[in-house]
This record gives sequence, C-alpha cells and structure tokens, in this order.
Amino acid sequence: MEYRLPFRQYNKALRKNKLLGLKCNDCGKITCPPTMACSKCAGTNMEVCELSGNGLIVTLSTVYVAARGREAELPYTVALVELEEGPWIMGNLIDIDPRKAGMDLMGKKTALSFKVCPADEFSAGVAAARPAFCVMRE
Amino acid sequence: MRRVAVLGTGHSNYMFRSEKPSTELMSETAMEAIIDSGLMPGDIQAFLMGNAWGAFEEGQSTLQSYVANEIGCYNIPATRLEGACSSGTMAVREGFIWVASGFYDIVLVGGVERATALPTPLATRVFVTCADSLYEWPTGFVYPASFGMLAHLYCRTYNIPLSKLEGIMACVSVQSHEYALLNPKAQIHKKLTKEDVLNSPMVATPLRLHNCCPFTDGSAAIVLASEEFAKKLDKRPVYIAGVGQASSGRISSQSAYYPRIRSREVSSRQAYRMAGITPEDIDLCELHDCFSIASLIAAEGLGFFEYGTAGDAWEKGNTRIGGKIPINISGGLKAKGHPVGATGVGQVVEVTQQLRGELMEQGRQVEGARYGMTDTMGADGVVTNIILTTEK
Repeated sequence: MEYRLPFRQYNKALRKNKLLGLKCNDCGKITCPPTMACSKCAGTNMEVCELSGNGLIVTLSTVYVAARGREAELPYTVALVELEEGPWIMGNLIDIDPRKAGMDLMGKKTALSFKVCPADEFSAGVAAARPAFCVMRE
Repeated sequence: MRRVAVLGTGHSNYMFRSEKPSTELMSETAMEAIIDSGLMPGDIQAFLMGNAWGAFEEGQSTLQSYVANEIGCYNIPATRLEGACSSGTMAVREGFIWVASGFYDIVLVGGVERATALPTPLATRVFVTCADSLYEWPTGFVYPASFGMLAHLYCRTYNIPLSKLEGIMACVSVQSHEYALLNPKAQIHKKLTKEDVLNSPMVATPLRLHNCCPFTDGSAAIVLASEEFAKKLDKRPVYIAGVGQASSGRISSQSAYYPRIRSREVSSRQAYRMAGITPEDIDLCELHDCFSIASLIAAEGLGFFEYGTAGDAWEKGNTRIGGKIPINISGGLKAKGHPVGATGVGQVVEVTQQLRGELMEQGRQVEGARYGMTDTMGADGVVTNIILTTEK
C-alpha cells in the first residue's frame, strides 16, 4: 500500500510554502505531518489537503547546545505549534530574538514560512524543509 | 506463563571516557553475573543485549555475537535490542518473556554503551537520530529541547510559575547527586547545591547543564531463570512480577496527552496489572530522569503522584529514603549516569540489590522493600517498565 502523502511530496510543497496534510474521509480528522493511517481512527481513507499554516504556539525551547552541523544556527528556538485545523507540528520560530523567547510567546498566533535543513551524512542526502513560524504582532 | 527470577547481577562503574571497548565492558559484567549466579557460561541458553549506538561509538555493530563468544557462550543465539534509552529494559523484558514462555530456562541479559567515545556535538547528533529524522530533526531539535518544551508546557498546564519549577528541578538534581555520593559505581561523585544548578550554563531553555544527565560509558548484566531452576540455586530469589512496554509516534503526534506521556501510562499499567498491584504497593523506583523535568513527569505517569504535584514530593523529601516513595536512590541517570543501552539493566540490578538488602553498607538501603519498579523512556516515548519483588 502506497502512502497517500509521502515525505517527498510533503517536502516539495513545504519548499513552496505550502503545508500539506491529510483529511480522513471517515472521521474528518486532519493529520499533519502525514502518517499512513489516520491519527484518530487509524483508517487509510484519507485525501491530501492544503492547510492554512496558521496556528498558535503551544510550547517552545531555545537551544544553546546544538548537534554537530547545526552550530552556526545557535541560538535558535524550536516550538510546537497547534495548527488551526487541529494537529500539532514542530517548527522553528523566526523574526524573534531567540535569547528572549520565553513562556510569554505561548498562545501567540503564528504564520507559516519555511527553512531548509542542509543534508548531513546521516540524512540519506535529503535536504528537508521544516516549518519556520513568524510570530504575529497583535 | 512461568515465574521468572533474577539470579546473579553484574554492574560496571559508570564513567566518562572508558579505556575499555564495549566488548570488554560488556563481557566483564556478563561474566560477573554468570559467576554471581553460580553458573558456568555453558549453562546460558541465550543472550539478549541492549545497545543503542555501538556502530557510531566504536564502528562496532553486532556486539552481542562477539560478547557471547568472548565469555564462552559459544554459538548461542545472541540478540541485540534497540529502543534508544529503553534498549536495556527491552532486553530484560524480552528475556523475561523467553523464560516465562518456557522456551528457555536460563538467559543472560546485558546492556552496554560507550557514549563518551563520541565528542559532545557528534554524540548529540547521534542521540537525536532516534527522533523523527524527516519531520522533526530538521528544526535542529535535540533532546534537551524536547524536555525544555515539556517543562514550559508543564508550567502552563498545571499553572506553576517557571521560577518555581526551576527551583523544584534543582531539588531533583541535588537529591540525585547526594545519593550518587553513596554509590561507588556512580559516574559523578560531587555534591551539588541548588545554586550550582540554577547558575549552570543554559542548554535548552529552561533546562541548564545540571538539569541534564551526562553522557556515560558502562555496562550491566543479569541472569534470568525459571522459578524452578532458581530455587535450586539462589538463596534470596527476586522475581519479575510484571513487565510493560509501549511505543509512541513523533513528538507532535502526542498532542492529545502532552505533557503526559501516554506510552508510559500504557506500559506501567501493563506491568501493574501483571503484578496484580497498584502504584501504592511500590516501595522504591528507579525512573528515567534524563532531564530533571522528566523525573516529575515520570513519577506522575507511573501513578505515584497526582499530575502537576510531583515537585512537592521532591521538595519535601518524599522521594528520599523514608519518604512516600524513594526514587533514584542510586543517583539516577543524572548522577549515577546514563550508559544508554545499559541503563535499564543497571536499574534492574539496583532494584534487585535493594530488594535483597545488599546496600546497607553503602548507607542507602531502602529497608523492608518488597516491590521495586524500573522505568525507562527512549526516544519520543519508547517506555519500558519492570516490577520486581521478593514476594513468593
């Protein structure tokens, strides 16, 4: 059985600033990032949909000690964002000072952008895009 | 299903920069466990071993086969279990199932890691290979950030000011370092104050260096046998009363439960059900304190405290010897150390020794303990639990 939304297709779209997910035709649940089975009912009757990319910051952490190959990005902020369609997704926060990123950002609205992670020798040559969220000024 | 006993145990010193390769580290404690059991290598029918990253650390995969040969267990089936930080406990659980099922009477279970062979940036990269490499690693995600995000969410969910949580987390580290001072096999023998923790360098907000366990080299081993066989050999049998194991998806997929870890609740309930007991019956626990916030989340997930309240227990000394539930009396991952593949086996060795009353001389015996529990969590939620008992 083939993936309805394989990584390659998801990644290609994100590089064009489009966030793709899956909508379950049986229970209506939106799954993003994609999985083979619906994250609620475990069914596979799902179709690809485009998500708004808008969401709220659920939690965050600013990283000061990076893994090899990512040192140049330090310090940077990793966050979990709850998309307005429901699912949570991990991304980075941009347009903020990571050194000042604290709990006061939790609950703030975000808009989607993306950054590409360079491939290293452990990543099968894949340069993966990841969501980079702009924090909306209120 | 047959009852399964822990016979002998072996446990290396946990350390920085072992001069010994993993084959030697593992073979030495494996032989120690066999000798401690009153057995010969030829008595061992199978070997199960936890090891997460031998290929990265030493360019050595398939360690388990070489170790079996090193110790004279020629041509027995030797199997490696990999579930990041849960690898060792997975090997214990697997060994339990093999003996309980009746397929084998005597199996050797071990775990080994030589994480400090890697420089810290590379070790950090290797450890994060157990995160979702496609959808989450690209953010520059590292495990301190995982638990940093959990810490912030824990504050928000349970309405705890961050400064208060930072104080609680410091207490967790201080307690672990105190008990590690009494454990000759611990990696870090250094008294720590709350100020030391609160002034240590930031790793991933809000977690500082002393909220994080170290990289560690070490090994541990046990021999498991059927009850019938154990009765012939051992004077003070400790039995495995219950086991549990559960997996999880990537971090973002756990949204419905965070900051609770659903897989821990599934795994620990399996273990309690099998043992026919409740969390109140547990007399001591070695749990997965890879980061100090992880201790609170684990203690709550295992059912020892209400959600959001475990910090009070650490602050009031209820997790010390004499408290409601003594936790990580070995020094825990924070100070005893965290040799990934060995960690869970080392926890079982610790609890076995506690239940046998062997730690009086070290000054950290939990007296009269009848039920002890171990808990490990690998990657984003590979949780494994073992309940041990002296009850017949």
